[in-house]
Amino acid sequence: MSNNVVDYLQRLTLSELFKGMGVTGRYLFEPKITVQYPEEKTPLSHRFRGHHALRRYPNGEERCIACKLCEAVCPALAITIEAEPRADGSRRTTRYDVDMYKCIFCGFCEEACPVDAIVETSKFEYHGEIRGDLVMTKEKLLAIGDELEASIAANRALDAPYR
Amino acid sequence: MSEIRNYTLNFGPQHPAAHGVLRLVLEMDGEVIERADPHIGLLHRATEKLAETKPFNQSMPYMDRLDYVSMMCNEHAYVMAVEKLLGITPPIRAQYIRVLFDEITRILNHMLWIGSHSLDVGAMTMFLYAFREREDLMDCYEAVSGARLHAAYYRVGGVYRDLPDRMPQYKLQTMPNHSAKDIERMNGNRQGSLLDFIEDFTNRFPTYVDEYETLLTDNRIWKQRTVGIGVVSPERAQQLGFSGPMLRGSGIAWDLRKKQPYETYADLDFDIPVGVNGDCYDRYLVRIEELRQSNHIIKQCVDWLRKNPGPVILDDHKISPPKREDMKGDMESLIHHFKLCTEGYCVPQGEAYAAIEHPKGEFGIYIVSDGANKPYRMKIRAPGFAHLASMDEMSRGHMLADVVAIIGTQDIVFGEIDR
Repeated sequence: MSNNVVDYLQRLTLSELFKGMGVTGRYLFEPKITVQYPEEKTPLSHRFRGHHALRRYPNGEERCIACKLCEAVCPALAITIEAEPRADGSRRTTRYDVDMYKCIFCGFCEEACPVDAIVETSKFEYHGEIRGDLVMTKEKLLAIGDELEASIAANRALDAPYR
Repeated sequence: MSEIRNYTLNFGPQHPAAHGVLRLVLEMDGEVIERADPHIGLLHRATEKLAETKPFNQSMPYMDRLDYVSMMCNEHAYVMAVEKLLGITPPIRAQYIRVLFDEITRILNHMLWIGSHSLDVGAMTMFLYAFREREDLMDCYEAVSGARLHAAYYRVGGVYRDLPDRMPQYKLQTMPNHSAKDIERMNGNRQGSLLDFIEDFTNRFPTYVDEYETLLTDNRIWKQRTVGIGVVSPERAQQLGFSGPMLRGSGIAWDLRKKQPYETYADLDFDIPVGVNGDCYDRYLVRIEELRQSNHIIKQCVDWLRKNPGPVILDDHKISPPKREDMKGDMESLIHHFKLCTEGYCVPQGEAYAAIEHPKGEFGIYIVSDGANKPYRMKIRAPGFAHLASMDEMSRGHMLADVVAIIGTQDIVFGEIDR
C-alpha cells in the first residue's frame, strides 16, 4: 500500500523527469568535450592508416623495387604497377598508381611491402578537384612521402617491436 | 459517402529513422499499420560472391563492412570459420584479445543502438552521451589497429599485432582553443598503455550507464513509447529465428557465449540478462544490462592480459606471415611472406560453420572449401535479416510512430542484412 502511495507521489511530482534533468543540468557545468575540428585535432595513433605514400632511402633513392607484392595482396585491386630495368640496371617501377577511389585502407600493402616503400601515413585530409585527381601516381605518392618522411619514420620506429 | 480506404505509405529508403536504406511499404488504416513490407537490397555489395574470388586472407577486411557498427565481431566469425577448416587454435593471448575487443565492440554497438533508438523515440541527449563513450572506444580501436571503424585486426591464427604500450596524446599545438591545463586533464588517462586506458574506461563506464538509466529507465515518455510495443512471445521468437538481445528480451536465455563457449568465454564470469515481456522496453533493459556485463568481461580480460604476455599469432608461417625482422633477414621467411601475400594458403576440402554471439545476435559464417586458396562458397548468417523479417508481425496493429521504435529495438544495420 505504502509503495503505491510513494509511486503515486513520484509520478505526480514528475520526479523521474527532474532526476533526468539533474543529469543533463550537471553536464552544463562540466568541462566541455567538444573539439573544434578544423582548428583543433584529436591525437592520432602511430598505427593510423591514412593516405598512402612512397618512401625513399636517406640517400634519395626510391625504396620500391617493383616486386608487385602490394599489387598482389590488395583486396580492392587498387594498385597498378608497371616496371622495367632502369639505365643503371636496377629494377624500378615506371608506373605506380594507387586508385584512392577503390582503396579500402586495410593496410595490407604496407604489411606486404618487404622494403617498407609503400606506407599508410597519418594524412587523412585530402580531396580531388577534378575526376581522376584521386588516382595517385608515383610522383604524387613520392611527394607525400618526402613531405611526411619524419612522421612516417617515427611512427614505424614506434611500431617496429610489434610487427 | 465514400468508404475510407487503406493507403500505402513509403517509409524510407531516405528516411532518417529508417536506419540506413530500409524501404518499408506500409499499408495503413488511418494511423494504424495493417501490413508492413520491408524491401531490402539497396546496400547489396555481393560480399559473399566477392569472397569467392579472393584468397582467404584477403576477404577479411570486407567482413568489417558487413555490420559496420560491430566490425571486429564480424571479423571474428570469419577467422573462426577459417580456423575451423584449417584445424588450428590461436594462442591463448590472442583469444583474450579477441574477447576483449568483441566486448568493446558490443559496447560500441549498444551505444550506437541506444543513441539512435532513443533519438528516434525523442530523447536527444542520449545520442550525445552515447557518442561521447563511443569516442573513447574508437580510440581503442585506432590504437590497436590503426583505423577507427574498419579495423582489419583479427587474423587467421590470432591477431595482427600486440596491444600498444602507449596511447596517442593531445598536443597543445593542435588544440589552440584549449589551455595547457585542459590538455593535461584530457591526457590524464592516456599516460599509460592501451590496457590502462581501457581500464580507466571500465571504471568510468558503470556511472555512465547509471546516467543513461536515470534518463530513460523510469522516464514516462520513454516508457509510453516502448512498454507493450512490438511484443514477441518466446515461442514466436524462436520460430522467427531470433537471436541475441531480441530472443533474450522475450525471455529465452540463449547466448552462444554460454551455450557453446568459443575462445575463452568459458573461463570468464558473466551473466546473461533475460527479459520477461518481450516488448521494446524489456529489450532495452536487456541491452543495458549487457553493457554492464560486457564491462565486467573487459575488466577480467584486462587483468589477464596484464599478467600474461605471450605470442598473439600462431608461429606457423604456412598460415601467418613471419615477423618483419625475420622476413628481411632470412630467405625462408621471405619466401613464406611472398607466398602468403600472393596466393595465401590452401584450406583442406570441407565445410565449416562458425557462429559468434554478435551484439545483434548469432552471426555466422559458413564456408565450403574445395581445397583451394579461395572459398568455394561463403554464406553469411546475419542476425538482422531474421529480425527484419518479423517487422510485419511486430508492427501490425501498432501506430506509425511505433514502427520507428520497432526498427530501433531490432537494431537494424543494413550492411549485414543486404551484405
